Amino acid sequence: MKHATIFFLYVSQYMKTRLTYRVDMLMEIMSDLLFQAVNLIFILVVFGHTDMLSGWSKDEIIFIYGFFLVPFAIFGAFFNIWDFNERYIVKGEMDRILTRPVHSLFQIILERMELESLFGVITGIAVMVYAGNRLDLNVSWYDPIVFLFMVLGGAFVYAGIFILLASISFWSDSRTSIMPMMYNIGNYGRYPVDIYNKVIRFVLTWILPFAFVGVYPSAYFLGREEWYGYAFLTPVMGVAFFGFAIFMWNIGVTKYRGAGN
Amino acid sequence: MGKYIEMIRVRFLMMLAYRTNYYSGILIYSINIGAYYFLWNAIYGGKGEIEGLSVIQMTTYIAVAWMARAFYFNNIDREIAQEIKEGKVAVEFIRPYHYLMMKTMQGLGEGIFRLSFFSIPGMIIVSLIFPIEFSAALSTWMFFTIAIILSFIVNTQINLLTGVMTFFFFNNDGLIRAKRVVIDLFSGLLLPISFYPGWAQQVMDFLPFQAISYIPSMIFTEGFTGFAVWEAILFQLVWAVILILPIQALWVIAKKRLIVQGG
Repeated sequence: MKHATIFFLYVSQYMKTRLTYRVDMLMEIMSDLLFQAVNLIFILVVFGHTDMLSGWSKDEIIFIYGFFLVPFAIFGAFFNIWDFNERYIVKGEMDRILTRPVHSLFQIILERMELESLFGVITGIAVMVYAGNRLDLNVSWYDPIVFLFMVLGGAFVYAGIFILLASISFWSDSRTSIMPMMYNIGNYGRYPVDIYNKVIRFVLTWILPFAFVGVYPSAYFLGREEWYGYAFLTPVMGVAFFGFAIFMWNIGVTKYRGAGN
Repeated sequence: MGKYIEMIRVRFLMMLAYRTNYYSGILIYSINIGAYYFLWNAIYGGKGEIEGLSVIQMTTYIAVAWMARAFYFNNIDREIAQEIKEGKVAVEFIRPYHYLMMKTMQGLGEGIFRLSFFSIPGMIIVSLIFPIEFSAALSTWMFFTIAIILSFIVNTQINLLTGVMTFFFFNNDGLIRAKRVVIDLFSGLLLPISFYPGWAQQVMDFLPFQAISYIPSMIFTEGFTGFAVWEAILFQLVWAVILILPIQALWVIAKKRLIVQGG
């Protein structure tokens, strides 16, 4: 209950600060839309030169992309802590966080919240509806529930990966260039994993399981039965990865020595 | 001049202190290029060539585009925005150097560091794993060198431009993000410009972005030959000169209407 109250206090505070710089907020939403468009353009341009991507059609790839946008939007709104190292470790902000009686990660998530990312949910669903219509997909009564679980699973996978990467900073407080690169690797989970060789498929499934935020869960909605096993693993992977990340974070916090002033 | 070279050196040494991180960076880059390689293989799906590029040329294009990015990429737009927001820029005005020039030099120091500790070793590792073709012609390497220097200049100028805009918007994280997305797409980093539909290519001919990634990568993969190389370099050069104008103009206006929010 306490956490919920704190959450809503932060949200209202967030709204106030955002509304101070209205033009910038508008720009941020626009840049999100632009970012989503870029990936769509990539798919469209590529399919201008080919009809099938190892047995998957353009509309199927677009559908996967639409699905991906939904968990990614939730991730972007709450867990996008790519600059954790610079902001909290190098500048010593972590000291301030640790003096307060709420879990450190929870505080950081609240401080780094970017609620305008949630617009991505709308874009994602719109893209899915568009592609789904062209593919004549059937929607059963239980599909929205499955969708919810898949989306939460995917968002937790993403969150887990980024929290794990952020936790590395507790052990080595120097800057890393890995974070921006991760967004790119995240993109590969959106393409059918059978196009990659074994190593990359393994990495995308078990090490950096981005495939669970794209192709695996989407395979369920696209009726690709050969992938159902992986598809239903999505929520499990989400919980497992997120849990592991929090476990590592908690260990990491005890190793924090303070680097700023 | 000496002070600017010193700035390059200091930034280089600063980066050197963090060099161990770059080895993990090379691994991540390799995974990235590897995934791209398979994705493009699937896209080609047995076709010999698309828009005049073979699969091997395409792989080379991707590899060199990402490695060159490590050289020209910098965060000086964010740094400038941060310094304006924190009010530090007021102090910079009274120091005996041109603030924007100083930022450029810091970016260059970073770029030289990444080129030597990241791009070159990374390129060697990637070329051992994936089929990548290096040109044997000395002229190609020469043109490529000129092209990536110019791509650094154009990219830095665009960064300066977005950074200086903070004077007018106060908080321009959105603009900076939008700029990054536009550059990824229109510079040819994700897709060669020649893959776009004709009308889009024509629009991009009038924009500076392809000077950043498309031109150096095409020169490296020998997708451009003969006269096209000269034309491409000229394109970069013209934009490098044109972009000085808006930067200088905004800078002069900004100095007049500077409002320090903090500091």
